[in-house]
Amino acid sequence: MSAILFIAGIFLFIGSQGMEFAWNRLSITELLFGDRWEPTADPPRYGAWPLIAGTAWITAVAMLVAVPLSFAAAIYVGEFAKGKQREWLKVLIELLAAIPSVVWGVIGLQVMGPILQSVFGLQSGLNVLNAGIILGLMAAPIMTTIAEDALKAVPESYREAAEALGATRWQVVRKVVLAHARPGLSAAVLLGIGRAFGETIAVLMASGHRLMPPGSVFDSAATITATIAAELGEAAVDGDHYQVLFVLGLVLFLITFSINLLADWIVRGRRRA
Amino acid sequence: MTTVPSPFLPTAHEAGAYRWQSLVRFLFLSLTVLLLVPVLGILGVLVVEGAPAMTPSFFLDKPSKLGAAGGIWPALVGTIWLTAVALMVALPLGVAAAIYLAEYARDNWLTRLINLAIVNLAGVPSIVHALFGVGAFVYFLGFGESILAASCTLAVMTLPVVIVATRESLQAVPKAFREACWNMGASRWQTIWNIVLPNSVSGILTGLILVVCRAVGETAPIMFTGAVFLRMVAPESVFDRTMALSFHLYTVSTQVTEVPRAIPFAVALTLILVVLSMNALAIWFRMKLRGRKKW
Repeated sequence: MSAILFIAGIFLFIGSQGMEFAWNRLSITELLFGDRWEPTADPPRYGAWPLIAGTAWITAVAMLVAVPLSFAAAIYVGEFAKGKQREWLKVLIELLAAIPSVVWGVIGLQVMGPILQSVFGLQSGLNVLNAGIILGLMAAPIMTTIAEDALKAVPESYREAAEALGATRWQVVRKVVLAHARPGLSAAVLLGIGRAFGETIAVLMASGHRLMPPGSVFDSAATITATIAAELGEAAVDGDHYQVLFVLGLVLFLITFSINLLADWIVRGRRRA
Repeated sequence: MTTVPSPFLPTAHEAGAYRWQSLVRFLFLSLTVLLLVPVLGILGVLVVEGAPAMTPSFFLDKPSKLGAAGGIWPALVGTIWLTAVALMVALPLGVAAAIYLAEYARDNWLTRLINLAIVNLAGVPSIVHALFGVGAFVYFLGFGESILAASCTLAVMTLPVVIVATRESLQAVPKAFREACWNMGASRWQTIWNIVLPNSVSGILTGLILVVCRAVGETAPIMFTGAVFLRMVAPESVFDRTMALSFHLYTVSTQVTEVPRAIPFAVALTLILVVLSMNALAIWFRMKLRGRKKW
């Protein structure tokens, strides 16, 4: 079955694509810690620190939004809701996951932006907070699904044993189910981070795309993904700028790759135990 | 006369635990609802703002003034092209891979590696897929910026979805069906073709629909591989560049100035209607499948 080779090929290709460019006149320390991203200036500066900081800020805000919401939803849907109500909630969560990212971007730009602007009295509503909320809502459905799977994987007999001792549903959830589902829940957070990290268009539209490290959630910021999307079209093919964007892509790829491996390892470790 | 307290009344401690539980339950419900409010809110906003602009001529006209006026016809057709070609690439490959994984592969290191690869492929950011598409399809394979390159990029991105959905539905077909068939003297392939595949067709269809959803909604992978800002005519071959709904939405809401507010909302509403109806179809398939299954 050649499809298998195809998948392996993709891996090698994305990898080698980036590696090919990585050795070009570029110091890794400048890339990681340089605080100026001015690829079109003369001489060009390729310090990706503003992008890395922006990505980290936005991802952190996104997780602050997504973790409570998605865990609460997973616990409610998995442990409390019954019958019709449960089916409906699951369908709605799936619909949330189906909204395309460019639509989220428009919501961030046209709806959330003005709201934040008037609530907090800001110059621009396109900032870390806006992008973080949008990303949190985008990452929440998949986190809910994974977290719910983790809860479901806790054997029913554990719950019954606890209930037989007179525990209420919430006591069962808190003391038994959550304790056992912890690895799965951390995997859910990790994969959510991976999602938030990799999202492109919605962030590009909602974050304001300012190439400076943000100082607070009300500052505009730029992320690695958004920068690639914004600049790939302008960069001359095979020029330095073009190549450095591929290196950024490789960095992104490696980060999401390790997040996925880690999540997989956590889940697998639990299964073996 | 003293009343004997009923032994079945909850003690103060138990009653407290129950009150606490209903409080927590309510809290979780409200958080869940808070998560779901955006779905309805977004739909509401899109309908209110976008629906007035959605006239028949909006769908059938060419865009004018860089998209600030006129319709979305070329983008609509372009999206259909992109999705169809992506499906033609992703579906055979994905289904073949799933058949291999579910029916032939043994549980060895290679299979584990492949599974890991699929999981990771699903987690790769869409912009990295875009870079891959630019490097692999546009330049390395020489497709140029075209529907073909963009669709191949979309296909690679959606491959894990097809594989996982198909594999799950193949694995849901009971082992007894296969054994019965083998006992009749059918070969492995005959069994798969005549028994397993027909029984898992709704799973495959679900995968297909999910691919359509992704392919219609994604912007980043097609931005640099084949989507164009403005093109007045619908594409005629897979080597043409094309407009696409998602990219059009991106450009009219960020790149073009003085766009009437209703236009981006109307495009977004169109996009979301396509995606949601596709999803509804997938959910319906799944329910039908669950209802029909007798095993």
